[in-house]
Amino acid sequence: MAINWFKYSSPPSFYSLAGKMIPLFSITSIVLFALGLYIGFFVAPTDFQQSEAYRIIFIHVPAAWMSMFLYLIMAGWAAIGLAFNTRLSSMIATAIAPTGAMFTFLALWTGAFWGKPMWGTWWVWDARLTSELILLFLYIGFMALQAAIDDPRRADKAGAVIALVGVVNIPIIYFSVKWWNTLHQGATVSLTQSPKMATTMLTGMLIMSLACWMYSIAVILMRTRTIILERERNTMWVSDLQGAA
Amino acid sequence: MFLWVIRRDLLLAMRQRADVLTTLFFFVIVVSLFPLGVGPEINMLRAMAPGVVWVAALLASMLSLERMFFSDYLDGTLEQMLLSPEPLSLLVLGKALAHWLVTGVPLALIAPILGVQFDLSIDALLVLTASLLLGTPILSLIGAIGAALTLGLRGGGVLVSLLVLPLYIPVLIFGAGAVEASSVGLGASAHLSLLGAFLLLSLVFAPWAAAVALRISLE
Repeated sequence: MAINWFKYSSPPSFYSLAGKMIPLFSITSIVLFALGLYIGFFVAPTDFQQSEAYRIIFIHVPAAWMSMFLYLIMAGWAAIGLAFNTRLSSMIATAIAPTGAMFTFLALWTGAFWGKPMWGTWWVWDARLTSELILLFLYIGFMALQAAIDDPRRADKAGAVIALVGVVNIPIIYFSVKWWNTLHQGATVSLTQSPKMATTMLTGMLIMSLACWMYSIAVILMRTRTIILERERNTMWVSDLQGAA
Repeated sequence: MFLWVIRRDLLLAMRQRADVLTTLFFFVIVVSLFPLGVGPEINMLRAMAPGVVWVAALLASMLSLERMFFSDYLDGTLEQMLLSPEPLSLLVLGKALAHWLVTGVPLALIAPILGVQFDLSIDALLVLTASLLLGTPILSLIGAIGAALTLGLRGGGVLVSLLVLPLYIPVLIFGAGAVEASSVGLGASAHLSLLGAFLLLSLVFAPWAAAVALRISLE
């Protein structure tokens, strides 16, 4: 049976689909967070160099991953919206931005907490930290531009252009620890090599990232639903919805 | 048509010389504020001179971005340009180059004089000028995207800084880095090559992105 995927690119049907999916993702995310935090605090062994302080890795690394992934996904949806003129894709891009900015901030914040005991400083002007900070600025610029434009369609397209221009920063962040000799350590986890850390630590970290993914999807769906309602407030189906409620 | 846009923008700039000079004096004043703010310690000034000059150049170039499209937007010339059969990105490239000739080149030429105030060596002054000559066209080109996106928006001036300054950061790092490297004796060629690479990349992509942005803004 062929599934008509395009059905869900119309805001009303996406609205109801998202409404059904949100509880699923929220519950999965809560369960995974609980499991990940349990492993992080009680199961994972104490690091012989960094003692207990390393445990912040369980939120720091997933947050940093999410900050980059979400930017790419946001730019991807924005590009689809720009190229095919689909309303929903642009709405999703708009919905992703605050969550992405939150994770970027979280990565910087937890990084500062980690840096203080390990490097002896809250902040260094190292390539990875700086480029992550630029990422935060890019998210803020995207949101500020969209907020300044009253016409939602123009806001979508203008945001798409600035998001796509900003994509150049992502490889810079990712490879910064390879290209420059910096204080921030290199990647410990990669797809091609066996991980350079204890298995329980890795499991905890992966579960936490999965939890962050689920959380992001749930929050983004909620925000998309709000944006849909806001933009479609003058349509029949929204007033029907209000009548039913 | 490309040359026509450049000639026209230069002519307009010459008719309103005050605007051009304001940007230049803004640059000079910002640079002169730093020794007053941090104190006249000559070794410290020498160390921070490249960064200070470059940050001031970034700000000066950004402040004049609004002029790139705004007056044409107000009197309707821009809409006519959009209708013309010439590719819009070519026209944008012309406008960005004119912006560079009016703001970037004067900045680069006056920078050595400011560098002398900071006690930079002759070599460092030459590298400073070279890096500014290579770097400021990138600022104009990237700035064109920001200026096109914020065209006619309320609070456009502040917004453009939020959009454009993060994208200026690589230029700042390698521009100022070139001067620092040469004054330490490492040679500036690596930094200057990277600036050149940025320039080529932005020459190809920025006019195109700015043209897309202009069409969105004038829809």
